[in-house]
Amino acid sequence: MQADPKQTHVAKQWKHESPLISCRFDPTGRFLFTTAEDFQIQRWDVESGEKIAFAAHDSWARGLAFLDGGETTVTGGYDGRLVWWPTSAEAPEPMRTIDAHDGWVRFAAVSPDGKLLATAGNDRLVKLWNPADGTLVRELSGHEKHVYSVYFHPGGEFLLSGDLAGDVRQWEVATGKLIRQFNAKALHTYNGGQRVDYGGVRAIALSPDGKHLACAGLHKATNPLGAVNEPLVVLFDWESQEVVRSHIAEGVKGVAWQALWHPDGTLIGASGGSGGGFLLFWKPDADKDFFRLKLPNTARDMDLHPDHLQVATVHHDRHVRISRMTAKVAG
Amino acid sequence: MQCAYSCGSEEHLLARRSFLGGLAAGVAAPLVGGLGAMTRPAAAKELSSKQKRILVFYMAGGLSQLESWDPKPGTDTGGPFRAIPTSVPGMHISELLPDTAKLMHHLAIVRSLNTKNNDHGKGNVMMQTGRLQTPAAVYPHLGAVAAKSLAPVDSPLPGHIRISPGGSGGRSNDAAYLGPKYSAIVLGNGNPPQNSARPDSITVESDALRNDFRRQINDRFAQRRRTAETDAYTYNYEQAQQLMQRRQIFDVAQESEADRQRYGTYDFGRHCLLARRLLEHDITFVQVTHSNYDTHNENFNFHLEQVGEFDRAFAALVGDLADRGMLESTLIVVMSEFGRTPRINQYYGRDHWGTAWSVVLGGAGIQRGAIIGKTNENGTAVTDREVDHAHLFHTYLQAVGLDSTDTIDVGGRPMPLADPASEPIDELLA
Repeated sequence: MQADPKQTHVAKQWKHESPLISCRFDPTGRFLFTTAEDFQIQRWDVESGEKIAFAAHDSWARGLAFLDGGETTVTGGYDGRLVWWPTSAEAPEPMRTIDAHDGWVRFAAVSPDGKLLATAGNDRLVKLWNPADGTLVRELSGHEKHVYSVYFHPGGEFLLSGDLAGDVRQWEVATGKLIRQFNAKALHTYNGGQRVDYGGVRAIALSPDGKHLACAGLHKATNPLGAVNEPLVVLFDWESQEVVRSHIAEGVKGVAWQALWHPDGTLIGASGGSGGGFLLFWKPDADKDFFRLKLPNTARDMDLHPDHLQVATVHHDRHVRISRMTAKVAG
Repeated sequence: MQCAYSCGSEEHLLARRSFLGGLAAGVAAPLVGGLGAMTRPAAAKELSSKQKRILVFYMAGGLSQLESWDPKPGTDTGGPFRAIPTSVPGMHISELLPDTAKLMHHLAIVRSLNTKNNDHGKGNVMMQTGRLQTPAAVYPHLGAVAAKSLAPVDSPLPGHIRISPGGSGGRSNDAAYLGPKYSAIVLGNGNPPQNSARPDSITVESDALRNDFRRQINDRFAQRRRTAETDAYTYNYEQAQQLMQRRQIFDVAQESEADRQRYGTYDFGRHCLLARRLLEHDITFVQVTHSNYDTHNENFNFHLEQVGEFDRAFAALVGDLADRGMLESTLIVVMSEFGRTPRINQYYGRDHWGTAWSVVLGGAGIQRGAIIGKTNENGTAVTDREVDHAHLFHTYLQAVGLDSTDTIDVGGRPMPLADPASEPIDELLA
């Protein structure tokens, strides 16, 4: 079955006891993992909605990544720790815990071959770990602000990291050498009146054809402290590093918390903020979205199911929502 | 420059309307009479041998008590930050304040403030004057009261200085019936007072000649038609002259490079080092404003940024005052217009909250290491020793040796120094 973004609708939802923060499907698609403001991680059975709690972090968690084809889950928390878990255990207990960053772990990603785990933190560092034993392989320094996101190039040769200031760095994984930088400063604002830095590269993703690099976040931040801003995904030409598109959603206030590519070349964004929650759909030939789905509540993260038909979003109203990019089934 | 608050309320604009006349252009308000119990000889008797000073940190926009002095980790309102132990056994504060945590034995926390107000402008007035904002009366700010009652009579320097995060500075109008000479001189972004440098086009000689001429005319006028207004006018000119001669005290560049690094090379660090310099030059009241805590959106990212800045410079200054023996004579206050909601909103923000929040005091006259009052498990209500802005105002005055129940004579009318319906927090006083 092919996805039809214009048919996207919320197919099911489950409610947690606390506002949710982030989400990821495991590689098999059986489970959806979410994190919440109650410091816990939740594993939801995608079919039944059955929920199992994972408790070990001493703060909010946001990083979610999977090892060994999904057998092991790694979570990264604002307590600076990484925790390894058995993904499908009935009563999950941590397999390993390490102090990974000085300050928050904001993002975690696993290399395509599964041999490296990358994390980004408030210590302005990107770190590469051996996921098999939790040892540090390499530390990548140079970011001048908090690092918000990391992303492995599908070829495995490069890692990309994006920070609060909109500085996106391309690193050579084998050596830790900085190859080049993408200028995504459109995603950053310094408001002199309020005296705050705001924005940041909240997600990074390369298009299936390898031609476009998407960096998600926000712009038009006329009032950072009051959440007055609009979602923006900056689209770079991978080779030339030129900005080829500024994907916007007219009339929508909020942040593009996530941007992912569907294999058919559609870029899917999830936004949340004062304008509510949206799933946004863009094609690389136009700045504006060709379709949007208004969600019942502000969205904070999103992931695409391995079947490429289901999209999960997590919300402040404590709900997980699974939207299907297919026509509604009657009855 | 004025802080751009997020909610855009009318009250945010009020500060812009303050009179920002230059130093030499001061005008007098209809002040008649003076301080009764606060006359300088009386105050001098009340004071110890050391000159008392007040140092206020104003956390503009509303510092979150949960990300500072009253953390509630692991609760539904606690947010992502943890609590850390301090130098006072059993006292924990937010992990965002690691340097300050080491110095809490110099400070005390009031965790049971209920000001029943969620409005920036009203909250500012309440916390600065100890009174409710009403159309019927305007009360002097703490700094003006301190300048009037504590500053030496022969001081060549102003007794009331505010260091603002930005703007060009000027003169505030926060002294009410005490008169404009006690209004704050505002140092915009820590720069020296406006118009305090002699223009290059005027030579030293011609400047002296024109001032001599001014004094002659003033004296002649005063012999026949002296009033409080002309006195204030003359005072402002003379103070401006004195201040121009001492302009170097506003120059942080004269502090050591090591100190500048230790305080932080960002604006607030520089402003705190300037505050130390002013206090060391016997300025009676110094207020440093740190901006901006009005975090309706992404409260945790912004508090991480702002409180981190605050912690380093604040701790450096408190530590220096202690090391230099100035803490005994300097009252420290860390205040906002209110706190922030325990509930975390959909933008990871916290909103305005005057129901259960915290301030910190320290130094002169304060029971150090004390924790006054408490809130419930998730910080939504005060459960012990509820106090408000009026209690605090009484406490500030008592801490620096003044009788807060006394009155000021204003045109024959006795004006209570602090809200007569309230009282100091006795257990907070040393």
